[in-house]
Amino acid sequence: MPSHNVCRHLRLFGLLSVFFLIRPLPLFSLQMEASPIDPGDTAWLLTSAAFVLLMTPGLALFYAGMVRRKNVLGTMMHSFIMIGLVSVLWALFGYSLAFHEGTFWGGFAWSFLNGVGMDPDPYGYAGTIPHQVFMAFQLMFAIITPALITGAFAERMKFSAMLLFMGLWTIFIYDPLAHAVWGKGGWLRFGDPGAIVGALDFAGGTVVHISSGVSALVVALMIGKRIGFGKEPIIPHNLTLSITGAGILWFGWFGFNAGSALGSGGLAASAFIVTHFAAAAATLSWSLAEWLARGKPSALGAISGAVAGLVAITPASGFVTPMASLVIGAVAGVVCFWAVTSLKAKLGYDDSLDVFGVHGVGGTTGAILTGIFATTTVNPGGADGLFYGNAGQLGNQIIAVAATWIFVGLGSFGIAKIVDITVGLRVTSEQEVAGLDQSQHGESGYNLEA
Amino acid sequence: MKKLECIIRPSKLEEVKEALQELGVSGMTVSEVRGVGRQAGHTEFYRGSEYKVDFVPKLRIEVVLPDELYLQAVEAITRTAKTGKFGDGKIFVYEVAEAIRIRTGDKGAHAI
Repeated sequence: MPSHNVCRHLRLFGLLSVFFLIRPLPLFSLQMEASPIDPGDTAWLLTSAAFVLLMTPGLALFYAGMVRRKNVLGTMMHSFIMIGLVSVLWALFGYSLAFHEGTFWGGFAWSFLNGVGMDPDPYGYAGTIPHQVFMAFQLMFAIITPALITGAFAERMKFSAMLLFMGLWTIFIYDPLAHAVWGKGGWLRFGDPGAIVGALDFAGGTVVHISSGVSALVVALMIGKRIGFGKEPIIPHNLTLSITGAGILWFGWFGFNAGSALGSGGLAASAFIVTHFAAAAATLSWSLAEWLARGKPSALGAISGAVAGLVAITPASGFVTPMASLVIGAVAGVVCFWAVTSLKAKLGYDDSLDVFGVHGVGGTTGAILTGIFATTTVNPGGADGLFYGNAGQLGNQIIAVAATWIFVGLGSFGIAKIVDITVGLRVTSEQEVAGLDQSQHGESGYNLEA
Repeated sequence: MKKLECIIRPSKLEEVKEALQELGVSGMTVSEVRGVGRQAGHTEFYRGSEYKVDFVPKLRIEVVLPDELYLQAVEAITRTAKTGKFGDGKIFVYEVAEAIRIRTGDKGAHAI
């Protein structure tokens, strides 16, 4: 029996165990600090950024279905190309202009994303996520805002003019406005020592919706009506695309609003829920208003109602209760219905896809209702609104809304004028009749016989 | 030879086709068209404006027949395509100068 071999192996095993048990521990592991980066917050914010990005192709579908077949690709390109254009400008210096500290805007210190790394941002915008994640999340808002405007001048804007307009707009309107409301030192930023008026805008009622809505109206007025507008019926070629797009927008909006909690937890949950209920209430209220006014509830009306509700709840999403969100949605559905039917018909402008009626009017409605329904019981970092005994915040909301209207209105007018003089805003009438797909892109959206 | 050009309601296609096949007519061409006649259009809404849609979807069936068969075909189509309401459609009869089968080069009555 080879028992002496077993003994030898046991002795070796014993020596090796003792060696590994008493080896010195590496010194640094005893001095490790807890990282401020929270994996839950970071995961949610990365997810939210992706959700918000998806809203831009969703918007492309929403708009595409509403235009004539000959313009379907041109319309979708307006949204899609924005992803490329705004992202590159954001990376180069746009983010710095919007979110570095400053008075009018943030300046160029963070150009080329200098200082935007994996540690949290230095100002406490979002102390538990990498700065890059905050930057990426904000980028998706910067992308969709100009994409929204494109609905107003659908079917007649020159592609090159649109690119130039949007490049200038994102630098001179979006970045300063985002800075004003959300950036350190911003003159509209709630709770900021540099603020002239502190506005409550959780996810972009002013920065995204009022700005795009008002700009849309300005450009629609300057570019003029489509050929045949008011004389021949210009009708959606495929509302199934629009309905699909609206569903994607609703889905993505959860990232838009709940992600604006800049963390994962109770506030994000609250924002998620009120977003949903406002959209639901607005879908019903627009449909009901249309049913009573026109005799039939249309699919286009239902999806427009949903979007109107989502727009209106955007500034309020981190400050109001679910019951208040039902009211906000219901009101927005009716007000925006009135804006796109009666107001537009009365004033006669060709805001082709109702950007002003839904985003401009809806965003204004939401911003004002935020001043009524905000409550510190939902968000102690906010303020109470009129309904909770504080009239002051409502006044601030109105001032902020007015300031945004003026800044954006004048700024868009100026930029559009420059573009019109240099490049020319509108395609020729031959190009307009042939369609943007052919004239601007050399393509056809549907080659069903191919 | 005669050519029948028939404008009918889209929902009547199967019945008309079967009636023609019972007569021994095997070939026909069908296209989707829009038409306006005595059948009223309808109104649709887009945002704030109301607009009339005058053109109604129809199908056009084209079939070429020997002279002996065309009257029976007209009767069969009329019988199956009719509902009695405005919008039932029309049949137009044309004289055909020549017919050729591409695969074989057959001409005249042999080609249809």
